[in-house]
Amino acid sequence: MFGYLAEFPTAAAVYEAARRMRDAGYTKWDVHSPFPIHGMDEAMGLRRSILPYIVFFGGAAGLLTAFLLQYGTQVELYPTIVQAKPTNIYTVPAFFPVMFELTILFSAFTALFGGLALMGLPRLHHPLFNSRHFTRFSDDLFFISLEAGDPVFSKAESKRFLEEIGGRNIEAVEDEV
Amino acid sequence: MPNGTTTEQTGIQALPREPLVLRQRSMNWITNRICGIVENRQPLLWWLLFLPCAALMGMLAFCLCYLVSTGVGVWGNNHPVGWGWAITNFVFWIGIGHAGTLISAILFLTRQKWRTSINRAAEAMTLFAVMCAGIFPAFHVGRFWMVYFLAPIPNANSIWQNFKSALLWDVFAVSTYFTVSVIFWYLGLLPDLATIRDRCRAGVRKALYGIFALGWRGSNRHWRHYEMAYLLLAALSTPLVLSVHTVVSFDFATSVVPGWHTTIFPPYFVAGAIFGGFAMVLTLMIPARAVYGLHDLITPKHIDNMAKIILLTGSIVGYAYIMELFVAWYSGNKYEAAAFANRTSGHYRYYYYAMFFCNVISPQVFWFSWCRHNVWMVMAVAMCVNAGMWYERFVIIITSIAQDHLPGAWDFYRASWVEKWTFAGTLGLFLGLFLLFLRFLPVIAMSEVKGVLPQSNPHHHPANDDRAGGGAH
Repeated sequence: MFGYLAEFPTAAAVYEAARRMRDAGYTKWDVHSPFPIHGMDEAMGLRRSILPYIVFFGGAAGLLTAFLLQYGTQVELYPTIVQAKPTNIYTVPAFFPVMFELTILFSAFTALFGGLALMGLPRLHHPLFNSRHFTRFSDDLFFISLEAGDPVFSKAESKRFLEEIGGRNIEAVEDEV
Repeated sequence: MPNGTTTEQTGIQALPREPLVLRQRSMNWITNRICGIVENRQPLLWWLLFLPCAALMGMLAFCLCYLVSTGVGVWGNNHPVGWGWAITNFVFWIGIGHAGTLISAILFLTRQKWRTSINRAAEAMTLFAVMCAGIFPAFHVGRFWMVYFLAPIPNANSIWQNFKSALLWDVFAVSTYFTVSVIFWYLGLLPDLATIRDRCRAGVRKALYGIFALGWRGSNRHWRHYEMAYLLLAALSTPLVLSVHTVVSFDFATSVVPGWHTTIFPPYFVAGAIFGGFAMVLTLMIPARAVYGLHDLITPKHIDNMAKIILLTGSIVGYAYIMELFVAWYSGNKYEAAAFANRTSGHYRYYYYAMFFCNVISPQVFWFSWCRHNVWMVMAVAMCVNAGMWYERFVIIITSIAQDHLPGAWDFYRASWVEKWTFAGTLGLFLGLFLLFLRFLPVIAMSEVKGVLPQSNPHHHPANDDRAGGGAH
């Protein structure tokens, strides 16, 4: 068994339920919603995403790449004298536009792929997709999924708790298809 | 003006804000309406528009094949006008490609929630416009099969590009802009692709939407990284969008051609790009809104806001036109003065007058709220601006180089039929791609619109409005 899936009708209901879940000490659980719910990270007890730190290094790599690419080709490998402009380190202001662009480019790639890596996506299959009514998470319903691997999980007690915090149609989701 | 939502429930005395979604539509209604566009048969009008676009795309392919097989001389470019329509069209399309990222990035950072209804389509439009733009410089190099020389990769001659050239900066700026816009657009699409996936019956469609949705399951442990990635991309795109047309303007401003060599170019080009881009968003979205019944999502307030941005940026552009004339006189530089005398009273003066009328005079009607609320009026002005921005690029490029420093080299420029049909072909490509976008992808960012509904606030407790509950079965 993967765990339980409980349905909630509104954002307010799932928000209150998430706070109760957090306070009850559950750790392996998640909220599924059609849009990001404001304040849900705090209600679930999640910390801020570490993505900005990763993206910083992506951007720094872009800046360095652009500088080395331009300095290397313009000063070391193939200095081209155009309009009597110098071909030494003092031409670095002319390198700024490309340095800027590659900083942005590398940061954007890092934001995309770093974000996906943090999310653990792409993952085309997941036990939750075995549930038939889970698909409404992308329409207008809200869900809390609780994994059976949670240390506080107990088959009867957790189900009762999910009912108590307002969960409807509580479904035991199976692991295998 | 539509009635604002009441704030009596909260008891807080505040000016009622106009709702972003009219008639208190539920989340399910939004899903059905937007996914319905993708899932149902397209209206006859779609085919009536798409077939001519497909024909124009064929014409574009023909013109480009003809150019490659014969030589770049089939265009009207010759000394002294080497840039001609090709670069005019390039700058025109790049400019149009600015509204998308402006709406998605700058309006996101400034917390303008009304952007949610229009950002998806505007970003798609951006991508298609940049694709159209890219065609022109790629073929303008003359030998298209050598176009990879633009990229800094080692080649047989061990020659490297000149990184001190504004033209190479442009290669980096435009390709970065396109790539980042694709990333931003795709990231925004992710939750909506999952929505379509979840509505499909098992089959090829479900598999395809499923693959591109990457297994999205709306998890809040994902949303927090997703929102951070989106915020970072918005923060990265904001300086990027301002830089792209700045760098495009450097192509002109770093040269010594009279009429180009001015410091006003970067802000003037950026304002013009936003101006032209918003006009194109309106040109596409007003008909789409009418055909697909999106009046509750793209409300009069949205059109009103965009009209105001057009008025603002149009006035900035008008200021730039007048300042150019003033500086041409005040600088005492006779070449500059001659270039502007030439623009305003020379061979191409009617283009200048058309530009001035379309870009400066016509948007001034938006001072009147009646004009901002009448869609026909808005469409008329948007069409004027679309044309006017093309004239602007034509005036800047052609008049300056047709008569520059050397009177002996002066000549007039006349576009060949190949150039004209190539441009018409890119119009077909642009509109055709947009129609395919309407057909296959959600035109409005459903997850974002749902997020700005009043019932999406976790502290919202509907007191006397039972329709506000998002989960009504």
